Amino acid sequence: MNPYLFGYLGAAILALSALSLTRKNPVHAVLYMIVMFFHLAVLYLGLGAEFLAAVQIIVYAGAILVLFLFVIMVLNIKEEMEGERFSGGWPFGIAIASGLFLLVVLITGNIVPGQQGPYTPGVIAAQTNTKLVGTLLYTQYIFPFEIASLILLVAVVGAIVLAKKKLR
Amino acid sequence: MPGHVLSPYLPILVLMIIALGFGLGSLVAGMLVRPRRPYPEKLMPYESGNPPVDEPRYRFSVKFYIVAMLFVIFDVEAIFLYPWAVTFDKLGLYAFVEMMLFIAILMVGYVYAWKKDAFRWE
Amino acid sequence: MDLLYNAVFRPETYSPLIQVLIILAKALVVVGVLMLHVTYATYFERKSIGHMQVRLGPMRVGPHGLLQPIADFIKLFFKEDIIPASADKPIFFIAPAISIFAGMTAISVIPFFSGFVVANINIGLLFIFAMSSLNAYGVVLAGWASNSKYSFLGGLRSSAQVISYEIAMGLSLVGVMMMAGSLNLSEIVRAQQRFPGGFFWPQALGFFVFMVAAFAETNRTPFDLPEAESELVAGYFTEYSGMRFALFYVAEYIGMIVMSLVGITCFLGGWNGPFAIPYLPFAWLFIKLYLFIFFFYWVRATLPRYRYDQLMALGWKLLIPLALLNIIGTGLVKMLLKG
Repeated sequence: MNPYLFGYLGAAILALSALSLTRKNPVHAVLYMIVMFFHLAVLYLGLGAEFLAAVQIIVYAGAILVLFLFVIMVLNIKEEMEGERFSGGWPFGIAIASGLFLLVVLITGNIVPGQQGPYTPGVIAAQTNTKLVGTLLYTQYIFPFEIASLILLVAVVGAIVLAKKKLR
Repeated sequence: MPGHVLSPYLPILVLMIIALGFGLGSLVAGMLVRPRRPYPEKLMPYESGNPPVDEPRYRFSVKFYIVAMLFVIFDVEAIFLYPWAVTFDKLGLYAFVEMMLFIAILMVGYVYAWKKDAFRWE
Repeated sequence: MDLLYNAVFRPETYSPLIQVLIILAKALVVVGVLMLHVTYATYFERKSIGHMQVRLGPMRVGPHGLLQPIADFIKLFFKEDIIPASADKPIFFIAPAISIFAGMTAISVIPFFSGFVVANINIGLLFIFAMSSLNAYGVVLAGWASNSKYSFLGGLRSSAQVISYEIAMGLSLVGVMMMAGSLNLSEIVRAQQRFPGGFFWPQALGFFVFMVAAFAETNRTPFDLPEAESELVAGYFTEYSGMRFALFYVAEYIGMIVMSLVGITCFLGGWNGPFAIPYLPFAWLFIKLYLFIFFFYWVRATLPRYRYDQLMALGWKLLIPLALLNIIGTGLVKMLLKG
């Protein structure tokens, strides 16, 4: 991956996340998040993970954020805008985050690149990312895949139980 | 990317820029030429000519949330189908049965949602 | 001529800068053709519906009203711009641009003839899904930002409708993916060459689901509830006027053209036709596109509007099971044929 592209994407993702966090208007925050997700998708593209990039947009930007918007829309925006953006404990949160960041910085020097697996960029380009995901997911990773269906089932039931309780 | 071959995604970026340019450009160009003579009554939200009552962004039916949540879940289900469909010829019977099991489990959730009237609007 | 051939079909023989220029030229040509079609799709709609209702449609501006779309454009361009005082201005401004962006960008992966596509990517079909899922934003944000009751309700309804039918649309194309074994739209067209009539016959059920979902996704009659004027004035763009209104209007037509092109590419054999037309490799695609668009208008002139509960029930209770049935059926038949 082109280092300049990577640098731009990293900086943009950080900046957009920060913007999204500090907006007082939650709908504006969601908009920044959509743009951020697009940058993330490009990051995946750069790594040769086309399918993941598409899923990033379809599921995160196209589905989950729409749900966010639906929830935000009933908030009383005026009330929301008048209050403080962050709750009282924010310096504490920043302290923890900086500690974690320091840890990551300290670790990066000691990373040993692992052995290269069978899926080099050449192999991925020849077979296309989507087909490789399909082949692996439905042969080697069958069990996690079927578990995913159970989790989705629980999600369906959960969504309806939660909403029905609200209705009454 | 080696040699002269550019990323196949570059054209999409180009088109995105053109599309954004078209959208924002025509909005800005319009702003420059058209008249703007506002007065308070003109800027009121439309409510059949009456002064608006209440806030428009009131609480709406919980049905919208159910639809949005079910949408997220079934969207993820569909995502699982795409790589399977594309590799179908290679995968054979075993993967086919697996996917049928996956769909069957999800159908349980679907039938549950149906029975709970999640798809009904009154 | 050779130069042009090389530029279109073998751009990799040039230096990167020229390649970028070729991409730019291709993109501009496609956008130009698209906008021309959008302009005259409005005229075509008014004319064909007019004749179906035994009237003439636009006749005043130019011969047979041919300049009507241009007159409309000039009118909308110079109309006063009204932003409601209580609107959220940045989002009110951005919403129509999002709609245009989603529609226009999707066109980049559609192959117009063998070897001519702006972006030949492996996940073309998924890219279409991704862009159509963004469509919900333009609508819902416009409704929210206007801060008017009609807009808000129209936006909510419309986005719930769009997301409901998106699942049916995604599932309806799984059968096509299984038969083509690819998400690249050019590959999908090539895979259809073995079948007379494309995937239309083997995927008839999928095509039916796709068509219904396409009508709902583009907010066309009989599913044009978001703009049901009898109850919601103009739905999510009630507060929009002049150029901003025009952009939503254009986005609707772009959406219709893109959906038609996706349907043609995935089910009707794309650029292929019963016989080759010399010098015009894109002719069949456009003939099919016009028929498709005419079908959209024909339906509008024929069917009444659905009720909202009927619309949601149709999407969730009928189309999704049908699409799943189509997937299972396609899988079974493929398994049997393979033995």
